[in-house]
Amino acid sequence: MSEITKEQVLHVAHLARLAITDEEAEKMTKELDAIIGYAELLNELDTDNVEPTTHVLDLKNVMREDEPRKWIDREDALKNAPDQKNGQFRVPSILD
Amino acid sequence: MSLFDYTLKELQEKLHNKEITVTDLVDASYARIKEVDDEVKAFLTLDEENARAAAKELDEQGGDNPLFGIPIGIKDNIVTKGLRTTCASKFLDNFTDPLYDATVVSKLKDKKTVTIGKLNMDEFAMGSSNENSAYFTTRNPWNTDYVPGGSSGASAAAVAAGEVFFSLGSDTGGSIREPAAFCGVVGLKPTYGLVSRFGLVAFASSLDQIGPMTRTVEDNAHLLQAIVGHDEMDSTSADVEIPNYTEALKQDVKGLRIAVPSEYLGEGVSDEVRESIKAALKVYEDLGATWEEVSLPHSRYAVAAYYLLSSSEASANLARFDGVRYGVRSTQAENMIDVFKYSRRDGFGEEVKRRIMLGTFALSSGYYDAYYKKAQKARTLIKNDFDKVFEDYDVIVGPTTPTPAFKVGEKVEDPLTMYATDILTIPVNLAGVPGISLPCGFSSEGLPIGLQIIGKHFDEATIYRAAHAFEQATDHHKQKPALGGVKG
Repeated sequence: MSEITKEQVLHVAHLARLAITDEEAEKMTKELDAIIGYAELLNELDTDNVEPTTHVLDLKNVMREDEPRKWIDREDALKNAPDQKNGQFRVPSILD
Repeated sequence: MSLFDYTLKELQEKLHNKEITVTDLVDASYARIKEVDDEVKAFLTLDEENARAAAKELDEQGGDNPLFGIPIGIKDNIVTKGLRTTCASKFLDNFTDPLYDATVVSKLKDKKTVTIGKLNMDEFAMGSSNENSAYFTTRNPWNTDYVPGGSSGASAAAVAAGEVFFSLGSDTGGSIREPAAFCGVVGLKPTYGLVSRFGLVAFASSLDQIGPMTRTVEDNAHLLQAIVGHDEMDSTSADVEIPNYTEALKQDVKGLRIAVPSEYLGEGVSDEVRESIKAALKVYEDLGATWEEVSLPHSRYAVAAYYLLSSSEASANLARFDGVRYGVRSTQAENMIDVFKYSRRDGFGEEVKRRIMLGTFALSSGYYDAYYKKAQKARTLIKNDFDKVFEDYDVIVGPTTPTPAFKVGEKVEDPLTMYATDILTIPVNLAGVPGISLPCGFSSEGLPIGLQIIGKHFDEATIYRAAHAFEQATDHHKQKPALGGVKG
């Protein structure tokens, strides 16, 4: 039986790029523990010789010529952006 | 009688004979919205000016295809060029100018339908009651104390309330069929790959499908016909021959072999629902079909497998919401990582965060094999159950949901109870097969009950044939909710 800890929740929140408060982490720990606990129902299944299903259809690679096509121009691509400058998305500096 | 009580065929005759105009249809839609949407709360965004202009133009041009000039509502996770698309999330509150149309929307424009507006939903399609919308909870038109279902709750409610003639929803674990059942309309989840997902904001890419929601089976077949087909913009779009779905309705169901899974009438299914399904099976017997009880032995593992898989896929898909290219950016962040973290904290609701966390956990180092891969293997076993039954039967029949609609607020506190609502619809998505829900009765409280018919991969034609035969033999689909104290 798994037991999710608050430390794990904080770590996963960081991986998921979600800021959470201490109280949220407490609540999330209980909820995730319950959900994961429920999911352990799957351990009843013998799946040693079972292939995983990623897609229900037989997918095959679809090839096409690597040719540029007109899609969205720069001006359009920027028009829903929260911040932009000089025709580019603007974000805070990533270097200190 | 409302214009939307006619069938598509009747409306096209009236348009053709100039008894009515497209403008009349669009007027009827907005008039009904003004009349009842304060109660139903189905629409997030209306596109009235453009819709009226389009109607005027269509009246001048004329046209004759089954969908010509028909008012439609679109679920708000389907991208519409220039028309606000929020997925009922605060994150996309300011996404007012999408750059392109989803393939289904382009196809409907080719057929000259008129988009009335965008329909509410559970945020990013995660939910079974519409209570996870960041804006407001859509209500069940049959009794506004009850949920309309989810996540395509408003797509079902708007059709049931007569606000639009039909609508598009999306279904990842039951999100078309469950609200269709709760609101007493017809909703189809097509075979995975039949309808292009291009322009559908992705929740769980291996499960998501767009599908039609209508009042009748025949209308549903017409709407599906318009949106199917291979699309090079969706790499999982299937390149298969498309049958004529309305032709299939002309055949009867004599000799149709129906399988009824014992798991679908067992524990957790209410007596009223069970009785309705038994009555439906009697109707099929009278129509010359046969039915036998079968087993889908891995059904009880479906909900657990689904939540691991869909949340894992969601955690990857929703990584695109980073506050850089579109959506709302937190104003508190001073560095790049905090732009991501704070924007996602502010933009996502509780359920969305819960699923991102669950998915990130299931995919994280050390847990991948135990949870994610285990769930993928369980999915194989569930799919094999269906394959085996379909060796001997044409369709699988059972309830869409274990109970009729529940009350607003009844299940919000406990995620696991809410997840169990979809216990009879989730296996269908995991197997990738098509399924429909149509009305088959009412509870003692006057709430609709849904009959689910599941078919083989790409055999929507047989589902429609079975659904149409039942519908024509009964009159559940003719019942309408009383809104504003008056029957619509």
